[in-house]
Amino acid sequence: MTENPLDLLPELLILLGAVAGLLTGLFLPRHRQWIAAWICGLALTGATVTTALVMKNPDMMAFAAYAVDSLTNVTRATVAVATLLVIILTTGWARGHRRETEVYTLLLLAALGTVLMAGADDLLVLVAAYLLASIPAYALAGFGKDAPGTEAALKYYLMGAFLGVLMLAGVTLVYGTAGATAYPGLHAPVVGVILLLAGLLFKAGGVPAHFWVPDVTEGASRPVAAFVTTVPKIGALVALFRLSGAVFDEPALIAVLAVATMTLGNLAAFHQDNVRRLLAYSTISQAGYLLVPVAMAGRTGLASTALLYYVAAYAITNLGAFAVVVSLGSDRLGDYAGLARRSPWAAFALVVCLLGLIGTPPTGVFVGKLLVFAAAWDGGYAWLAVVVAVNTVASVFYYLRWIRPVFAGEGDGGSARGWLAPVIAVASVVFGLAGGIVLLVLR
Amino acid sequence: MLDIVIFLPLVAAALLPVIPRGKAAGWVWVGVAALDLALVVAMWAGYEGGIGYETRLRWMPSVGAGYHVGVDGLSLPLIAMTALLFLVCAVYSLGETTRAYAALFLFLQTVSIGLFAALDLLLFFVFFDLSIVGMYFVIVGWGHGDRTRSALKFFLYTFLDSLALLLGFIGLYLGAEPHTFDMVDLTTNPPKAGALVLLAIGVGLAIKTPTVPVHTWLPPAHTDAPATGSAILAGVLLKMGTYGFARIAMPMLPQVWREYAWVIIVIGVTGVLYGALVALAQENLKRLIAYTSVNHMGYIVLALGAAGLSAPTQARELAVSGAVTQMVSHGLLTGALFLIIGILWDRAQSYEISKFGGMPPVLTGLMAVAAFGSLGIPGLSGFVAEFQIFTGVIGSGAVISGALGIVGILITAALFLRVLHRAFLGRPGELTVLVTDVRPRELAAIAPLLILSLIIGIAPRWLLDLIEPASAAIVNLVSR
Repeated sequence: MTENPLDLLPELLILLGAVAGLLTGLFLPRHRQWIAAWICGLALTGATVTTALVMKNPDMMAFAAYAVDSLTNVTRATVAVATLLVIILTTGWARGHRRETEVYTLLLLAALGTVLMAGADDLLVLVAAYLLASIPAYALAGFGKDAPGTEAALKYYLMGAFLGVLMLAGVTLVYGTAGATAYPGLHAPVVGVILLLAGLLFKAGGVPAHFWVPDVTEGASRPVAAFVTTVPKIGALVALFRLSGAVFDEPALIAVLAVATMTLGNLAAFHQDNVRRLLAYSTISQAGYLLVPVAMAGRTGLASTALLYYVAAYAITNLGAFAVVVSLGSDRLGDYAGLARRSPWAAFALVVCLLGLIGTPPTGVFVGKLLVFAAAWDGGYAWLAVVVAVNTVASVFYYLRWIRPVFAGEGDGGSARGWLAPVIAVASVVFGLAGGIVLLVLR
Repeated sequence: MLDIVIFLPLVAAALLPVIPRGKAAGWVWVGVAALDLALVVAMWAGYEGGIGYETRLRWMPSVGAGYHVGVDGLSLPLIAMTALLFLVCAVYSLGETTRAYAALFLFLQTVSIGLFAALDLLLFFVFFDLSIVGMYFVIVGWGHGDRTRSALKFFLYTFLDSLALLLGFIGLYLGAEPHTFDMVDLTTNPPKAGALVLLAIGVGLAIKTPTVPVHTWLPPAHTDAPATGSAILAGVLLKMGTYGFARIAMPMLPQVWREYAWVIIVIGVTGVLYGALVALAQENLKRLIAYTSVNHMGYIVLALGAAGLSAPTQARELAVSGAVTQMVSHGLLTGALFLIIGILWDRAQSYEISKFGGMPPVLTGLMAVAAFGSLGIPGLSGFVAEFQIFTGVIGSGAVISGALGIVGILITAALFLRVLHRAFLGRPGELTVLVTDVRPRELAAIAPLLILSLIIGIAPRWLLDLIEPASAAIVNLVSR
């Protein structure tokens, strides 16, 4: 155990970036608020670099309540990179907005909360991190102050507050029965487990706490939708993994939740004509796949690798798909007809990312899925691997519904510019091809 | 050198966008495909037995997966057949080729050759899955009729089979000690894996092959694909299933394979008879050819199943050798058949048998040779393959299955003669006026396939010399 604040340097850098960005923004004229974006971007880059430097250090515990190990480090890096990409996506939409700086600050604070959730090794830290990850996200959802955004924010907030209270009750219950809140040696009763799951499943977008996902994804602005479907679930799933390995051992319960989540997400995505709702249900089904390694925590050595690889690959790929949606600026499936003619690069990015979400090799998600299969099989839950496989085939249907019109015929849905989407698409493939190197880092 | 053969088409595909629009793309495609074929021929000439042209690089060492490729007597004939088939497709499409179309086929060529050369399960799977994606875009982009539906059906079925296959691979991986995806290591030390793993792999490969009752994706996909797409789908992609049986299922799960050999034989015989009977009932020429593929793949499955029986080694070696020869022969002949049928669609936009008849002479001649080859007349490659298969199967003790298989040949003969009578000879049909005779580029594409089939039929020794050691090795491995 140490009490050296420098062990938390990446977290501190993100916090510093948020505060410095906000303060700078206060004194900048509206047309120069982009400087705040640069400050936040630099802070995230700094967090990534400092994480990379300590990646190979031995596991340790900071302040007796915060684990610094490969789980935390990979979460730090993934969240920082994903948030950086979201900030780049946001700049186009927020440029010149009256409260431009606040968007970046809120994004950074929500990202910080997500990282803290992943590292928390004490239930009280987990609750604090949950609130830090949630509250800025509510504000972001309603940032546009339009009717759909307000509705989204309200739904998001009400569900988050309700499930957060349940989680807090769970913490109280566990503390009451076990007399401690630190994970090591803690054992939670089943009721406590269920209450704790409520809050974490909300953040992960898992059944039965998934109702906010489609509404927020559709109602909030597009870059915010990209953020809330990608980043918070990283921290929530890693936190669940930590709990599932240490505080409770309910593989069957989590396996059932995983099956419900992936199946429901897939079935609901089938006939969506709004691509944001489609991506929202797709993100629910992906959360289901990600719950599989969580259920296998402690049962096989592959579980943590599978979770971290999948979540990182998924974050990149999902942001790639959203980047195309942001750059085209349309949610109607029909507007993507003939995109290959108008904007070949965006079409390329979209197809690579959607095929990646299916899990087509050699993209990153494929390697993640492979590890998920192997973890389930190795953990004695081969049937779960079969369910994931069947669900993956079902998911092909709706992803192809989106891919097909891109190449078919003519359309006048406007053209998509921007270099970000193709770059992310290439990165998602490289992430799979360079799987050997990534896996070495994860071990 | 093998790596160049695999990735040359992909590199060419990546460079195609810089080539000006127009006819240049078609010629570049022909050039690249010809160069690739020349390299394969050179490889064949320099092959010295065992695993040749091997490359082994680390890819994901922590999960025991690597980039491992090489050729042997099982894969080299298929690679050569693949390279030839892609070249004739390039020639066939000359003048109508767009850059995207050429790029897609070059991509498919890399994927197909890579699959046959892969010696790592994960690498095999990567190519297997990418072949599905490539073919989906061929059908959906350049098909006709109800192509989106057919393409979707194709994608869903074959993606399901790829995931079953992946689960099976993971079963093999976890059963091996130490865990590895390397095919050579897995073959040397067969993993501890039970019938469930064979079931997963078997389902995966059976859908791709396809065998009855999981063949239903095949007829619509073939009917609505463009002619070259059908030729590649039937000629190359279907072989991925049967090749997987011989390369993965048999050597890595020898005990389970022997235990369930009779199940595989029954599946094979069902495919033979069902495919032939359903083909007999077709009025759509392309669907008919598609169903004969089910029938021909049935022979291969039957032969591979017989290799798992406890019988004299010689007979079983003959069966496997026949199966591999059949893979090559079917690739050549069905490729030719689909390209010929493609000419009918090109001229008259129809596949209805009843609307044709009294066709131009060269077209009829080509069709006659391909049909006779496909029904197994001596002198063409189909006979060499099927003779070995039946001698081997009956010699292995599966007499009834062998006899039922020969009934399948009779039905096939009947249906091909019926096609020749009704659609090519006799009185002209209502669409015959539209059908002009074969164009030079079409002849240049179809003739080499038939000539090669004829050469194999008359002097098969050069091919069998390559295949026989490999089939002996497979029989040896499956008998452990």
